[in-house]
Amino acid sequence: MTQDEGPEKRGAAGEPVEPHDGERRADRDPADPENLQSRDDDQPAPALTTSSRMQDALRSMMSSSVLITVGAVVLALAVGSVLILAGDTDVQATLGYFFQRPGDFFGEAWRAISESYIALFQGAIYDSEATTPERRIRPLTETLTIAAPLIFAGLGIGLTFRVGLFNIGGQSQLVLGAVLGAWVGFALNLPPFVHVALVVLAAALGGAIAGAIPGVLKARFGAHEVISTIMLNNTSRYFLLWLLGTGAFISATPQVSPGLAETARLPLLLGGSFRLHLGFVLALLTAVALWWLVERSVLGFQMRAVGANPEAAGTAGMSVRKILVVSMALSGALCGLAGAMQVAGTEGKLTSSVYGTIGFDAITVALLGRSRPFGTVLAGILFGALAAGGRIMASRAGTEAELVTVLQAVIVLLIAAPPLVRSVFRLPEPGTSRRRVKEATA
Amino acid sequence: MKKSILGAATMAVAALTLAACGQAPADDPTTTDGGGEETSAEGGETSDVKACLISDAGGFQDQSFNQAGFEGLERAESELGVEINSIESASDADFAPNIDAMIQDGCTYIVGAGFLLENAIQAAAEANPDINFGLVDSGFSDDDFNPIELDNAKPLLFNTSEAAFLGGYVAAAMSETGTIATYGGMAIPSVQIFMDGYVDGVAQYNEDTGSAVQLLGWDKEAQEGDFTGDFDNQANGQNLTNTFLAQGADIILPVAGPVGLGTGAALEANGSGAMVWVDSDGYLTTDYGSLIITSVLKEIGASVFDSIEEQVNGSFSNEPYVGTLENGGVSLAEFHDFEGQVPQEVVDRVGELQEQIISGELVIESPNAP
Repeated sequence: MTQDEGPEKRGAAGEPVEPHDGERRADRDPADPENLQSRDDDQPAPALTTSSRMQDALRSMMSSSVLITVGAVVLALAVGSVLILAGDTDVQATLGYFFQRPGDFFGEAWRAISESYIALFQGAIYDSEATTPERRIRPLTETLTIAAPLIFAGLGIGLTFRVGLFNIGGQSQLVLGAVLGAWVGFALNLPPFVHVALVVLAAALGGAIAGAIPGVLKARFGAHEVISTIMLNNTSRYFLLWLLGTGAFISATPQVSPGLAETARLPLLLGGSFRLHLGFVLALLTAVALWWLVERSVLGFQMRAVGANPEAAGTAGMSVRKILVVSMALSGALCGLAGAMQVAGTEGKLTSSVYGTIGFDAITVALLGRSRPFGTVLAGILFGALAAGGRIMASRAGTEAELVTVLQAVIVLLIAAPPLVRSVFRLPEPGTSRRRVKEATA
Repeated sequence: MKKSILGAATMAVAALTLAACGQAPADDPTTTDGGGEETSAEGGETSDVKACLISDAGGFQDQSFNQAGFEGLERAESELGVEINSIESASDADFAPNIDAMIQDGCTYIVGAGFLLENAIQAAAEANPDINFGLVDSGFSDDDFNPIELDNAKPLLFNTSEAAFLGGYVAAAMSETGTIATYGGMAIPSVQIFMDGYVDGVAQYNEDTGSAVQLLGWDKEAQEGDFTGDFDNQANGQNLTNTFLAQGADIILPVAGPVGLGTGAALEANGSGAMVWVDSDGYLTTDYGSLIITSVLKEIGASVFDSIEEQVNGSFSNEPYVGTLENGGVSLAEFHDFEGQVPQEVVDRVGELQEQIISGELVIESPNAP
């Protein structure tokens, strides 16, 4: 939060502006009538405004502090412990005679919880039980491999949050990106580095097209982007199924496209025995580029202005419609790149469920990362670690891998309710002391 | 209001407290350790085979395909004393890492449940020549459509059209409206082979009786028909079934694993109609037993069990297992609740046809046959 606040206080030309900008408003009570008033009266373009309630909810999530995030993760692990106990038959057996020998219950409970979380760690970071050194460090590389598409899509979704849009269509943008990227990958015959670069660009283009459609629908006709993106998710899913039985996409295996050429694959970073590919590095570089774009460039300033208050941005002479379309296309391009991670990175081909649930997971990644590029990178790695660890947890400790999904959901749920986390950990109200200082200086 | 909540809470606490007053078991080192080693203690003879199963997106509680494989795995654990492990996949992207997790876990024989795992199993088999693999419902092929054999991978295949032929015959005989319908989960050979058999079974009934029962949802000649798109979204099965009901169909033959449960829900809401289940005996595995005339059984569990037994005996071969009516790998289930309702002449004729297929007199042709 603190490092992010610097650029917020600067205008387009870099001169300091009043501290009472859009970002500060998030610290206020969303129910504050004064806060709502300013946005509700006198709307020049009602079709372009997201409901202020949704925007307030978004803003309060974006402004929750790092401490809240850490607290939410800790609380989620505690909730997960309860679920582990509830699902463990050995623990249930000891409950039957709890009063006679409570020690059994606590012993079994400790065993169940520690076994699960140790397996989760072993699957996500470092496997101390593996026999070869390669196998021991493999989990960390898996974590980063799974994180790459999550980071890309998370950056894309987070970008729209900054503009006050809800892009729920990560799935459709990912699909179209994967389709275009895969096609360039298997249909064209190009020299090594050019080929893979073109695959990545094609995926970004595909995603941008899928993202621009709801953007245009909103800017031009006022169709709410939540509805149009959800509808496009279904459309793209069936489009993909149809495509996999059609023309150039037919291969020896039904419902699977021909494999991408070797020249079209993202190079592996650590050799053949690991899946980690260049995509993770690209994700980090993209995060830096996106930070510059949003926080430092003129376009980024306009995006944030539209996100803070579209009417004011319009009055100030910005083309709100153009910003909406550009943001959605950019967000779609980032989600399309997540598709490239799948087809040119790990899978090497287009399949009917190549997108998994990345487009939806990315929403939680963006929320957890508070829509900031670096937060999103960390959130993506955390979710990648949970996904990689969940696999080993399921196979080694017998705890259902779905526990990981619950953990992710609880974390985001708690971040959406900062007062709850604050009251559990007795954290101070945000801004109580800081606001007083600011008001004194103002 | 508040008082009633308080009362309920008190009752719940009391119930939980009483439930926790049971007798503790006698001290026994095997019950308290609870680790992963106990399997070898109870299985009698032990072997160093570790058999592992990977599901497709349906999961092991799909009341159909994956579940059948899982039952075979569990039977191998209790009867052969082998160590087992299993993992569920949520999407195609999970296949490769899940296989890897099983390799990491020390599995010596890894079975992929389902056609969709073909590429992942093939890649793993090529990369790990010292581990044996099995694949339900598919052989292996290279990039140019040509079937290939792998030294350490065994396809477990089923000539399902033989049993589906009998199922189609019964369904046609039981239809009151003269229209029945089938649909698949995905357009893949292991699904289409059921539908091919249904088409021929209905044609056989029409030929035998001179009636004109119509089958919606699959055109065998063109190999085109209705598919829901996946093996997990039951709502799609429900919608498609409603469409068929609106077109006058009264018996539905879903070939879509758990998606078929959507058909059960649609029929229940409709108040009439029945269905034919696939893979496992739906009367026993689903909640819609009273709607299920019969099931086209594919003994996936038995094939998984048999292939694990081969591992234990050291007689593994990469030769495909092909389930037929003759070897009992595919069959038609009992009629259960419909026992008295299926006319005797139909039962007799089905028995006759079954004999003819087993003897080779009648061959059920299907472009999707293994």
